[in-house]
Amino acid sequence: MTVFIVRRLMQSVVILLVMSVIVFLGVFAIGNPVDILISPDADQLERERAIRALGLDLPLWEQYFVFLKNAAVGDLGRSFVFNEPALRLIFERMPATLELAFTAVVLSLIVGIPLGLYAGLRPQTVTSKGIMAGSIVGFSLPTFWQGLMFIMVFAVMLGWLPSTGRGQIGSFLGIKSSLFTQDGLAHVILPAVNLALGNAALIIRLTRAGVRETLLQDYVKFARAKGLSSRRVVGVHVLKNILIPLVTVVGLEIAGLIAFAVVTESIFAWPGMGKLIIDSINQLDRPVMVAYLMMIVLLFIIINLIVDVLYSVIDPRVRLQDVKG
Amino acid sequence: MTIAKRTVGVALGAALGLAAGPAAAQDLAVALGASVTSLDPHFHALAPNNSIAQHVFNNLVEQDENQKLIQGLAVSWSARGDDKWIIKLRPGVKFTDGSDFTAEDVVASIKRIAWVPNSPSAFTIYTKAIKEAVIVDPLTLELRTDGPYPLMPNDLSNFFIISKKSVEAPTEDFNRLTAAIGTGPYKYSDYARGDRIVLERNEGYWDTKPEWKKVTFRLITNPAARVAALLAGDVQMIEAVPTADIEKLKRNPNLSLAQAASNRLIYLHMDHQRDTTPFFTDKAGKPLAKNPLKDLRVRQALSKAINRDGIVERVMEGVSVPAGQLLAESFFGTSKNLPPEKYDPDGAKKLLADAGYPNGFGVTLHGPNDRYINDGRVIQTVAQMWSRIGVDAKVEAMPWATYAAKATNQEFSIFLVGWGSGTGETSSTLRSLLATFNRETGMGQANRGRYSNPELDKVLAEALRTVNSAKRGELLAQASEIGIRDVGVIPLHYEVSTWGLKKGLTYVGRAGQETLAMEVRTAK
Repeated sequence: MTVFIVRRLMQSVVILLVMSVIVFLGVFAIGNPVDILISPDADQLERERAIRALGLDLPLWEQYFVFLKNAAVGDLGRSFVFNEPALRLIFERMPATLELAFTAVVLSLIVGIPLGLYAGLRPQTVTSKGIMAGSIVGFSLPTFWQGLMFIMVFAVMLGWLPSTGRGQIGSFLGIKSSLFTQDGLAHVILPAVNLALGNAALIIRLTRAGVRETLLQDYVKFARAKGLSSRRVVGVHVLKNILIPLVTVVGLEIAGLIAFAVVTESIFAWPGMGKLIIDSINQLDRPVMVAYLMMIVLLFIIINLIVDVLYSVIDPRVRLQDVKG
Repeated sequence: MTIAKRTVGVALGAALGLAAGPAAAQDLAVALGASVTSLDPHFHALAPNNSIAQHVFNNLVEQDENQKLIQGLAVSWSARGDDKWIIKLRPGVKFTDGSDFTAEDVVASIKRIAWVPNSPSAFTIYTKAIKEAVIVDPLTLELRTDGPYPLMPNDLSNFFIISKKSVEAPTEDFNRLTAAIGTGPYKYSDYARGDRIVLERNEGYWDTKPEWKKVTFRLITNPAARVAALLAGDVQMIEAVPTADIEKLKRNPNLSLAQAASNRLIYLHMDHQRDTTPFFTDKAGKPLAKNPLKDLRVRQALSKAINRDGIVERVMEGVSVPAGQLLAESFFGTSKNLPPEKYDPDGAKKLLADAGYPNGFGVTLHGPNDRYINDGRVIQTVAQMWSRIGVDAKVEAMPWATYAAKATNQEFSIFLVGWGSGTGETSSTLRSLLATFNRETGMGQANRGRYSNPELDKVLAEALRTVNSAKRGELLAQASEIGIRDVGVIPLHYEVSTWGLKKGLTYVGRAGQETLAMEVRTAK
């Protein structure tokens, strides 16, 4: 397994390099950031000075080379508009995004697995059909609309929850998070539910499909015949066997929630990484865009690795090794 | 069961509601529509950053809500001879760290502006006319220039004065608040980048102290979310109310609105330079052999074909003012003789026929779709209006991030842009948009159509040398008339900015579109 992990990490470096080229070419193609950044009152000489100050006068390959050289020592560049290191900006925003993604994943699991189990075990009941219909609604609603409706209903009309923003930050065991204060929890509910709904729907459907398939397997029949209680059949034999697809999807979902909660973060003015990246794109803040995308690639690589390792833990038949073609 | 559920719901709501907490009477929460990226007042000449900095730092000369120049940290300014300005500073002003404000702080600020590293847009554009700043005594400064420079007071209203202690402080030190020592009505108390900026009243402020002890600016860039935050009572004020929501908010008994005509002109720029221009074709789609925009009659026809009242009424929901020149008439240097061009499709058709295009032509109109109020819809409407005079107009709208560079590189033929006059007079607009493009003198730097008219250049150059205000105003008006009558650009409308407030609060809207907490007051 160690060999597997080491080899995977080495492949990751290659992926990162390839990605950096693609990202660099991509942001270069969008346009010249100076025209966005510069004050309209600035004259031609000031424009030329700004281009030089930001290192945009160098040819593309040279800019890329400078980037690589700095990246090798952990410096992914300095934001044009914040005048701070891009990585610092990203790490500064990370806790907000992580707590939102974490809450959303936990919520979608708490809601998704039990409902999915129920729908899988009793597929013909009205409740099950209701759950399945509801799950279709769950992932077909556009997040931005759904988010605005949540704000309208729970913040504007009922006044129960704050409309936008992140609440007070508390600290627990040295970790700082808004999840540790009442005000913070009040703020996180709406955006987290908004993110969780679509995922919960997906988990319901996956769980149900898994359960339906597993129930027909011989080992379940055997367990039943042995006279095991149905709680044990479902809780141990069924649940354990549907975990593999669930872990895959949840892993990717976590990565997706962290990287691309852009819509929810902007609607709820949640100061996370998604909002940072969208602001950076609008302002063509190249260093932040590049650093962010590199971080996200790394994140996906790591989560995929964790998912692979988890497989082998959950299912002893899985051996981690490279596929030789 | 339903009752039990409802009780739980209410209890939950009450508990969470309490947590959100009613704000104290002296607190104000404001939602801003644009990102504030830095608290360093000298790092990036950018409207949202400047608007926040105005709470903490003062300029030597300040602008009132109509951009008239008023006393700031300077109590008087006068030109002496052809190359000197004498600035008398306000006595008795203290920085928030307790030190006295003197001429040394001004010199330090000018020095820091030229030094601040990595600036994507430096404030040197406002200090470059100052060749030397000489301290005569602690409260008197002599600013030396090359030749007469009447715009000095306007420039002095555009850069902030910091404490000399921060002269070598990097941007990070301002963002950490340690170097952010100012003389303004507020001081920073907390900064969560990308989320909020919290200000605390400066109890030692030299002028009238503002009503609010603590002000929280929240950055809510999504317009719908900003409106929702106001409706939910999470904030008491928002800026940049979307035009579609204005009617709804007007009818809401708990809210009130403040509006002000801005210094921002929305106009069409045209390619005056090239002999053939890429986006003009005949009706069959073949490129035209010569650039029709070089013919005054074509430019006039395109302008006459636009129903400006219609755009204001239908697209802008009444929230803009039809434009006939570079700035609304109330501003300095405007002409009394330039009403908005009348909608006249028949006259436009005739002009096109006279110019040799009796059947019109095809054109692609370009514009941004996320920069100005309803910009994407404005260009669609203009294109439809043009089709009535036989011009087949296609529309291509794109995000500002990709649009700006293309517009600057002259990749379009006719395209929509906006211009806000930071100095509140037409000199800014004339020299940027209509003066002949010249890298060395810095004239026409935003003249993306490369309009060039020696007569206008001459009058404008004279205006920029004339220190006497009345005389300069007349010359600027004259230059505006030359440029507009020659249709150097096609003015469409002046934007009107709208703020939404909780009932009982008042705000005098500002032409510069800034949102200033010290100007928010409880209605008496």
